[in-house]
Amino acid sequence: MEEGPFVTVNGVVRPLRGTAPPVTALDWLRGIGLTGAKEGCAEGECGACSVLLARPAAEGGGTTEWAATNACLLPAAALAGQEVVTAEGLTVGEWGGSADLHPVQRELAERGGSQCGYCTPGFVCSMAAEYYRAGRDTFDLHALSGNLCRCTGYRPIVDAARALREPAPDDALALRRHHAAPVPTTHASPGFLRPADLAEALAALAETGARAVAGATDVGVESNLRGDRSDLLVAIDRLAELRGFAVDERGVEVGAALTLTEVERRLAGRVPLLDEVVVQFASRLIRNAATIGGNLGTASPVGDLAPALLALEAELVLVSLDSGRVVEREVALVDYFTGYRATVRRPGELIARVRIPLSPPAPGTVTAFHKIAKRRFDDISSAAIAWSLDVSDGVVTRAAIGLGGVAATPLRARASEEALVGCAWQQSALREVARVLAAEGTPMDDHRASAAYRSAMLGQSLLRLHHHATRPAA
Amino acid sequence: MSTPLARRPAGAEVGTARAHEAATLHVTGRALYTDDVAQRTHGVLHAHPVTTSAPHGLVTRLDTKPALDVPGVVRVLTGDDVPGVNDAGTKHDEPLFPTEVMFHGHAVAWVLAEDLESARLGAAAVEVDVEPLPAVLTVAEAIEQDAYQGAHLRLERGDVAAGFAAATRTFSGVTEMAGQEHFYLETHASLARVDDDGQLFVQCSTQHPTETQEIVAHVLGLDSHQVTVQCLRMGGGFGGKEMQPHGFAAVAALGATLTGRPVRVRLTRAQDMALTGKRHGFHASWRVGFDDNDRITALEATLTSDGGWSLDLSEPVLSRALCHIDNAYYLPHVRIDGRVAQTNKTSQTAFRGFGGPQGMLVIEDLLGRCAPLLGIDPADLRRRNLYTEGQPTPYGQRVRQAERLERAWQQVVESGEVARRRGEIAAANAADPHTKRGLAITPVKFGISFNFTAFNQAGALVHVYKDGSVLINHGGTEMGQGLHTKMLQVAATTLGVPLTRVRLAPTRTDKVPNTSATAASSGADLNGAAVKDACEQILERLTPVRARLGHHVPWEELVAAAYLDRIQLWAAGFYRTEGLSWDASTMTGEPFKYFAYGVAAAEVSVDGFTGSYTVDRVDIVHDVGDSLSPLVDLGQIEGGFVQGLGWLTLEDLRWDVSDGPGRGRLTTASASTYKLPSLSELPADLRVALLERAGEDGVVYGSKAVGEPPLMLALSVREALRDAVGAFGVPGVAVELASPATPEAVWWAIERVRGER
Repeated sequence: MEEGPFVTVNGVVRPLRGTAPPVTALDWLRGIGLTGAKEGCAEGECGACSVLLARPAAEGGGTTEWAATNACLLPAAALAGQEVVTAEGLTVGEWGGSADLHPVQRELAERGGSQCGYCTPGFVCSMAAEYYRAGRDTFDLHALSGNLCRCTGYRPIVDAARALREPAPDDALALRRHHAAPVPTTHASPGFLRPADLAEALAALAETGARAVAGATDVGVESNLRGDRSDLLVAIDRLAELRGFAVDERGVEVGAALTLTEVERRLAGRVPLLDEVVVQFASRLIRNAATIGGNLGTASPVGDLAPALLALEAELVLVSLDSGRVVEREVALVDYFTGYRATVRRPGELIARVRIPLSPPAPGTVTAFHKIAKRRFDDISSAAIAWSLDVSDGVVTRAAIGLGGVAATPLRARASEEALVGCAWQQSALREVARVLAAEGTPMDDHRASAAYRSAMLGQSLLRLHHHATRPAA
Repeated sequence: MSTPLARRPAGAEVGTARAHEAATLHVTGRALYTDDVAQRTHGVLHAHPVTTSAPHGLVTRLDTKPALDVPGVVRVLTGDDVPGVNDAGTKHDEPLFPTEVMFHGHAVAWVLAEDLESARLGAAAVEVDVEPLPAVLTVAEAIEQDAYQGAHLRLERGDVAAGFAAATRTFSGVTEMAGQEHFYLETHASLARVDDDGQLFVQCSTQHPTETQEIVAHVLGLDSHQVTVQCLRMGGGFGGKEMQPHGFAAVAALGATLTGRPVRVRLTRAQDMALTGKRHGFHASWRVGFDDNDRITALEATLTSDGGWSLDLSEPVLSRALCHIDNAYYLPHVRIDGRVAQTNKTSQTAFRGFGGPQGMLVIEDLLGRCAPLLGIDPADLRRRNLYTEGQPTPYGQRVRQAERLERAWQQVVESGEVARRRGEIAAANAADPHTKRGLAITPVKFGISFNFTAFNQAGALVHVYKDGSVLINHGGTEMGQGLHTKMLQVAATTLGVPLTRVRLAPTRTDKVPNTSATAASSGADLNGAAVKDACEQILERLTPVRARLGHHVPWEELVAAAYLDRIQLWAAGFYRTEGLSWDASTMTGEPFKYFAYGVAAAEVSVDGFTGSYTVDRVDIVHDVGDSLSPLVDLGQIEGGFVQGLGWLTLEDLRWDVSDGPGRGRLTTASASTYKLPSLSELPADLRVALLERAGEDGVVYGSKAVGEPPLMLALSVREALRDAVGAFGVPGVAVELASPATPEAVWWAIERVRGER
């Protein structure tokens, strides 16, 4: 038997070699002849590279789910110990006629769901992931929000998705879900380390040239598009210390390495504002990989999570190594951002957890997330406005407003909050505050939107919030 | 033996709804594309461009030595290596290795290395000095500086002055529209190797293998018979692989020749977007006259396209734009001027519709703006001006089958319950100040044939093997449009054999030579007729054998007997479209075999807080003749419509036009910055019907071309947005709407109409 590491691809255990970054999982799979997955954009936007990974069920509980992910972003070395299924592997038995096609493949093929076929293997995998989602009653089309097709116009793809039934009782991938997920192999290979615990990770990250990687939805893009290279990628996505989830009367504590999908499923509606954000956050493919810690760690001024977490007055727990000991410190999110993609996080320091205060639901609480973008699914915000208000007896008594896309950092709209508290909850009175809000931040002109539009959208957001909050239910 | 081209036998395979012939390969990941072959090829060298970052300038120094010090780098290709002609195009204005940088990112050399990472590092190590020159980046700048390229075109019929004299109302305006990135999911890819005796074999993702072959040959100083180009299939083309692949194929071929190793050129998405041409943006200024009955009396306009740095296909694109400014409307007196601006941007090229959409947008924009000023419902204004049978187009060709326009319009109005919905929309708009709905109906008339008559020819090669199985080659390429599916159905129909007996081989220049591009929606018309011709030749030779064995002899026995009789069981088919004429100097003639028609009604809802909107329902009736392959045609209609929707509402090409260091850079050169329609843009309710009683005489099995025309059905969405925006203001106001009508553009349009209140 050869030395490890190994990866299971379409049910076959294979040695994992030639994986030094920047080699991606997609490069590696194509290199072993599995060329079904394609590179369409190399930044996780088109989904042509989608493959299935066996991962711990997002809800928790110790079972497995098949999560679709962008193979173009994932470092190949991160596959060690994992189980991957590609479009080729979904076909049952030997390659033959259409009788062997997976139900997802058959529906797509027969309904005209492929034209040029280039995006198709990726759609197949994204669709299969949803097909195997535990407890699925209807097909959630958001499962396909990270896959682009330039030929069909999507109608036959949607029809194919909606035609899917339950997996057969003897479906091997369906049965696989009932067992524990594979544990990625801790190992060091050229340019890559999967450490055994947080202390080992922090020690490795203390070296110059080392970089933390979790879902790689940022690291992968920077590597593929900008040619950014690190001496060592340190995989932190499966560190138990970063994957906790706890709820008590004060709030929720979310491990930084939980993916957005995991955060969504585990919050299970406890924080309505975040539910509003998550469905508009990138695509299912990205949410299956991107972590809450990574989204705050990258500190993008246009990230969608930060404005919401600002409005929720979240706090971060940062961890670092001090004389070989893991130490923690806490910082309010509002104090965390210091400049364009700059934060108080020190070199070698990681976000461990995010604390979100929970207040008991009150009748006068209004929360909302307004994302301004060109496209409805999977677009980057031109501006984002997150609202958390209390309205009592027709007057605003508390206001927390988080803004994205209108300054070098995500920010709290302090002047507007001040103007809002004590203001009557009426269009006429709010118009004045809307003008204050429209003057917040320092928006820019760029390819996404003009500065003038961004400012206008801030002001409109308040009027829209009021309109929707006070409109009689349909 | 030859039967009328359009006559369809009983029980024909054509007309049966079939999935794409490669659908099983697609869904299982087994379909191979050019770069998948590279993965399976031993010893491949990887190519990476050496790019520059000035929008315009002279290369004063190019030092490739530092690249050779990068481990893994094998060779750097420069202009000095070219044994033939240093030109990637057909007009000698596109040097493959330029000494004058013409746009931001222009590649001046290519690095070959053992792996892509080494090639990338090698390219970064090459030292290039560029002495900057002034750059022109917008059409407005080009007009101001008189920076044009190619021919000035004029399309004229009647007496415009008399037409305006007869008008009771005249309006003038300017209409501008952006271009569009093709965003085929498969970026440009070529793989070249040298076979024995110096024969080059180039696999290329190309819509025009013959021209790829010719350009590889002229770059390398070879004859065409020394170069074979094969296109397995493309992961989308949309016109973007008609002219643009040639240079990349030539780089791969040159590299293979110089190193003796297979060379792969495959662009990343960022390179593809930054380096290759797109749909032309247009600027149009117009003046139009209407009579008392709201009929157009005269139109004059000047169309200026943004051609980018070289001509490429800009002249024929402009020509088609001029020939489609009438869309479906009769223009009694007309004069249209057309010019191609030269700008320091990618060289804009063919894109589904080929100028037609831009021409049609001008008149739809004009009608949409003028209707409120005339005090008429835009739908009535449009319908009133539709062509009637036999009226002449601006280029003189008489419009045939105009009743189809009327019939399709009527069907859309009735099946779409337009009258009822109009009432509902009016009531909803009156009740809700913050959300407005809009509905619009627009027609499409699109001329089918290459404007350039000579391109309207095609060839095919059909083999019948001794076991009765059939193999087809034809000159067309498969890019997802279902051409191969249709060709299989045509062959099965003509030969009278089951579809399963027929197989299609990849498109190769050594099988069928001198082919035209698979373009202009003409692939099935031209190649289908050529396939049918080849099949009929074989059938004719089989006639005596069949007569001897009896009419019910099974196909396999017939073929086996014919072989023993020494009958030739393969044939080369050929077709040319008859009856076409075109005088490019006067822009008159009969350039089109026929017109394809369609009508769409679109309904939208617009949010007054943000300008964001949804497309709630679309009803389409489209004319595909007697469909060769209904599932394929439905896919072309829906897919074309959504692609048009993307162009008109979402896809937003932005260049850095500042004077900063990034001047000339495409700032939307990635999938994260350039957004094409995703699932969320699919209309909530999309209903497509094929026009009935639509057989087309003189075309293979009565069918019509379908690739391009449906794209322009999306103009209905743009006009519906205009309708909804107008509802935020008072009646009688012309609504100006930018193209693309992004949420931001719609927001500003709303603000303007609110301001007029």
